[in-house]
Amino acid sequence: MDKKRREFLKIAGISTLAGLGGTAVIDRLATGASPARARAAYEINSLSPAGQPKEKGPAKAAAKTSQRLGLVIDMRKFNANPGLAEKCIKTCDFLHNIPHFNNKKDEVKWVWLTGYENAFQEHSHYYRNETLEKNQVLLLCNQCDDPPCVRACPTKATFKAKNGIVAQDYHRCIGCRFCMAACPYGSRSFNWRDPRGGLDMKHINPEYPTRMRGVVEKCTMCVERVGIGKLPACVEATGDTKAMIFGDLNDANSEIRKFLKENYTIQRKPSLGTHPSVFYIV
Amino acid sequence: MYDSGKIIPGLIIFVLFVTFPVWYNHGDAGAVPKPEMPKNAKKCVLPVAQMRAEHMQLLLDWRDEVLRQGEWGFITIDGKPFQRSLQNACLKCHTSKKKFCDKCHIYAAVNPYCWDCHFARVKK
Ligand code: SF4
Ligand code: SF4
Ligand code: SF4
Repeated sequence: MDKKRREFLKIAGISTLAGLGGTAVIDRLATGASPARARAAYEINSLSPAGQPKEKGPAKAAAKTSQRLGLVIDMRKFNANPGLAEKCIKTCDFLHNIPHFNNKKDEVKWVWLTGYENAFQEHSHYYRNETLEKNQVLLLCNQCDDPPCVRACPTKATFKAKNGIVAQDYHRCIGCRFCMAACPYGSRSFNWRDPRGGLDMKHINPEYPTRMRGVVEKCTMCVERVGIGKLPACVEATGDTKAMIFGDLNDANSEIRKFLKENYTIQRKPSLGTHPSVFYIV
Repeated sequence: MYDSGKIIPGLIIFVLFVTFPVWYNHGDAGAVPKPEMPKNAKKCVLPVAQMRAEHMQLLLDWRDEVLRQGEWGFITIDGKPFQRSLQNACLKCHTSKKKFCDKCHIYAAVNPYCWDCHFARVKK
């Protein structure tokens, strides 16, 4: 009896060990990579249908997408058209039901104006010319090609869509605000209060949802409009001033690439390696 | 039985208390809700019975297709284009949340969190 029990325990122990450790050992032998690296390689491909990894590569936060939608913001045109930037902001605010609480702490912003020294901290501020002294810069989410917010998000509520847009899925957001800490541009806002309290519910856009308390939001480059072939609303609002140029940065023949070829542009904090998809002429 | 004078009335009170919802409503589950049907549309994206049973799953599938897989385009059902959207498809025909959605949701005592963010147009 005793002997049998001992044998049973031995077999049980060995099979448990094999079950726990076996797959890890086999994986490691098969891929030649450490488990952590192998897993990260899967996680980058969160966008393919049914969670199937599309391609395996070295561990990196977000996979390269075939499209990379981006913007050029030409501040010369904005400076020449006073009120145009405000029009863009108003358009976005209305279309996306962005609440206003008239209070800095609860502020929710997708697109906003700020001084040159805040927008381009890496660039020289000494003896700035008059244009930079006098005018503000239009800021929004950079739709980074290597977005740290996506890397930080534990739920994939913020993720890189197939067209390169860094999208936001409020259904999944748990409000941990890791993404806000990760974004070096302050592009994200947290809903400290029920956003409906900061909206006039009788005059809001019925085609777009509001958010709820406790989720993070940001400019989504109008993913809902771009998806059906429209321009981002702020780009549309600039009309034919050419103050904003929208297009696919991966398409060498696109208008935006042509513009970038012919003009000197700058990005915000390029040294951080986030590869912003928004380019500026200041 | 000891204390039967206390136990039996106690049991009776307990049974009456537990069955309160049944006898209070005279054994009747109440009138089945009649959500108001849209006047300007005849056909839904799925047959009625299926919508009744599965609309929540359909909405979740739409959400994932549109938001996660980026399929923002329209779908065509019987020659009519539909966006896969609660606010821009369902509520375009069913214009009153109160007279349609809420009717059954209240009857079934469910409180879908869709409405935390999505909303029906407020009448001006
Ligand atoms: S706040 Fe939301 S979007 Fe940001 S990291 Fe957390 S879950 Fe992701
Ligand atoms: S600007 Fe910030 S929020 Fe936008 S993609 Fe880059 S890191 Fe994310
Ligand atoms: S691209 Fe769309 S979401 Fe982003 S700032 Fe412009 S209007 Fe707003």
